[in-house]
Amino acid sequence: MSPWLAGFTIFFAYPIVWSGYLSFTHYNLLSPPKWIGLANYRYLLHSDPQVWPSVRNTLWLIAVLVPLQVLFALGVALMLARARRGVGVFRTIFYLPALAPPVAATLGFVYILNPATGPVNTILGHLGIQGPLWFQSPSWAKPSLVILGLWGIGNTMIIFLAAVLDVPRHLYESAELDGAGPLQRLRWVTIPTISPVILFAVVLGVIQGLQYFTQAYVAANVAAGQADQAGDTVNHLGYPQDSTLFYPVMIYQHGFVYFNMGYASALAMILLAVAFAVVLVIVVNSRRWVHYQGALR
Amino acid sequence: MSVAAAPVAARRIERRTLPPEVRRRRFLLAVANHSLLIAAAIMFLAPIAFIALTALMTNHQALSSQLWPHPIRWANFKDVFTTAPIWRWTLNTMMYSGLATLGLLLSSVPVAYALARLRWRGRQVAFMVVLVALMLPPQISVVPLYAMWSKWQPFGLHFVGTLWPVIIPNWLGDAFSIFLLRQFFLTIPEEYLDAARVDGCGELRILTTVVIRLAKPAIAAVALFSFLYTFNDFFLPLLYTNENPHNWPLQIGLSQFRSLHQVQWNLTMAATLLVMAPVVVLFFLAQRVFVEGVTLTGVKG
Repeated sequence: MSPWLAGFTIFFAYPIVWSGYLSFTHYNLLSPPKWIGLANYRYLLHSDPQVWPSVRNTLWLIAVLVPLQVLFALGVALMLARARRGVGVFRTIFYLPALAPPVAATLGFVYILNPATGPVNTILGHLGIQGPLWFQSPSWAKPSLVILGLWGIGNTMIIFLAAVLDVPRHLYESAELDGAGPLQRLRWVTIPTISPVILFAVVLGVIQGLQYFTQAYVAANVAAGQADQAGDTVNHLGYPQDSTLFYPVMIYQHGFVYFNMGYASALAMILLAVAFAVVLVIVVNSRRWVHYQGALR
Repeated sequence: MSVAAAPVAARRIERRTLPPEVRRRRFLLAVANHSLLIAAAIMFLAPIAFIALTALMTNHQALSSQLWPHPIRWANFKDVFTTAPIWRWTLNTMMYSGLATLGLLLSSVPVAYALARLRWRGRQVAFMVVLVALMLPPQISVVPLYAMWSKWQPFGLHFVGTLWPVIIPNWLGDAFSIFLLRQFFLTIPEEYLDAARVDGCGELRILTTVVIRLAKPAIAAVALFSFLYTFNDFFLPLLYTNENPHNWPLQIGLSQFRSLHQVQWNLTMAATLLVMAPVVVLFFLAQRVFVEGVTLTGVKG
C-alpha cells in the first residue's frame, strides 16, 4: 500500500490542495505566487469574456454527444444481438474505430470533412446537396466533433452487447406469454435489465465530456492551419471563433499558453467542484431508476 | 448425450409448427436487421477507406475533389519517413509505453490485492478514493504538477521537456488499473487463498504464486490498456514536451505533421494510417484480451 499512498499524495492529493491555494494567487512560474484573494474568481465570474462560451460549449457537447452515443451504441448492440450471420465481422468493424488514436482519427476527419474538396462534401455535391463548412464553421464545428465521437462508440457497444446477451431468456419468454411485442419487450425487459450498464455508459460519457481536450485541440489546430495555408502552430485554440473552446481547453490556454497559473488554478477549482457534483448527483439518483439484478450489491 | 439432445429436438418441432406468416415475418425482420447492419458497417468503414485512398494519392490529387487515386503512389509511405523523424517519435512512444506499463503493473497489482482481499481498516475509504481519482478530469491537477516538475531539478536535471513527468507517476500505481484488477481479484474463490494460507504461505507469496497466476487474463488486459492509453496519450505529453520536438511521442508529432510540411494531405493521411496500424495489428493479435477486458470493467462497474 505505501508506494501507492505516496504516489496518491504526491500526484493527486497535494496537487489539488496546492491548486486550491494557487487559485487565490497571481503566479507565472517565474516569481513566487502572490496572494490576491478572490480576484481570480471575481474576474472569472464577471469579466472573462471566454468563460461562458466555453461553459456553454462543454454543456452542449455533453448534452448532445452522450445521449447520442448511448442510443447509437445501444442500437448497434441490439442489431448485433439479433444478427444470425457475420456477428464476429460486424463486431470487429464497429469496435475498431474506438481504438484509433484520437489524434489520428481527428486528423482523418478534418480531411474527410474538408469543405472544399473533402470526400464527404464531394459526394454530397454529386447528390446535389451543398455540404456545410464543417470544422471551418462556428456552427458546424461542434456537430463535426459529435460525428467523430459517434464513430468511436466501440467500447460502449461491446459492453452493451455483452449485457444484452446476458439478459436471461426466461424473462423474454414470460413477457411473450403475457403478450408483449418486440418493442414492449425492449422497453420492459431489455432496458430495465441492462440499466446498470447504461448508467455506467452515461457516467463515463459525462466524465469524458468534462475533460474533452485532444480532439478539440487537434481539430482547431489543423482546421485553422488549413484555412490560412501557412500552417503555423501559434495559438489556434477554439478555432473557429471559440466554437471549440471547451472548458479544459481554456484551462490549458491560461495555464500553458499565457502561463497565468493562478488563474488556471481558479478555473480548475471550478471544474473540480462541478465534476465532483456531477459524479455525486448521478450516483445518488441512479437508485431511483436503475434496476439491479439480485437487488443487493 | 440425451440430455443435450432433448432441447434441440424440442426446438425443431416448435419451429416446424410455426404458422407460415410468422415465419415470413421473422425472415423479413432478419433481412431488415442485416441490411441495417451492413449500412452501418459501411458508414463505419468509410472514414478509413477515404484516409487510405488519400494516402495513395499524389499531393496534387489529394487537393482535388477526386476520390480514387490515379496513379497509385505507394512512395507516400516511404516519403513519410524521410520528411519527418517518425522513428525518433516511435522510440519516444515506446519508451513512454514500456516504462509506464511495467511500473504500473508492479505497483498496481499489490494495491489491488490489498483492496480486494486483505481486511484492514479504511479499506472501503481507500477504494472510494481510487474511484474518485478515476473520475476526476486530469486538468484539475496539471497546474501544480507542472510547477512541481519545473521546480524540482535534482542534480540539475530538467524534467520539463522530457517524458519523465508522464512516466514516473505510473510507477506509484494507477487508479484505473487498480480498479480493474480489484474487480478481477474479487472473483477469485477465497478457498484457493485459504488453502495456500494453510500450507503456510505469507500474503506476499500468495500474491506472487497463486493470485498472479489466476489473474493472468486481467493482468494482460491491464497491460494492454496501459499500452493503448500511453500510445494514444496526448494531453500530458503535450504539456511537458511541446517545446522540445526531440522528445515528442508519435501523437504529438502526428498532430504537428501537417504544419511541419505545409499542406501535404496525402503524406499526412499516410502518416495517420501508419499511426493507426500498430493498434489494429495489436487488436487482431489479442482480440480476446480486449473484449474480456472491456466487459470486465463495464459489467462489474
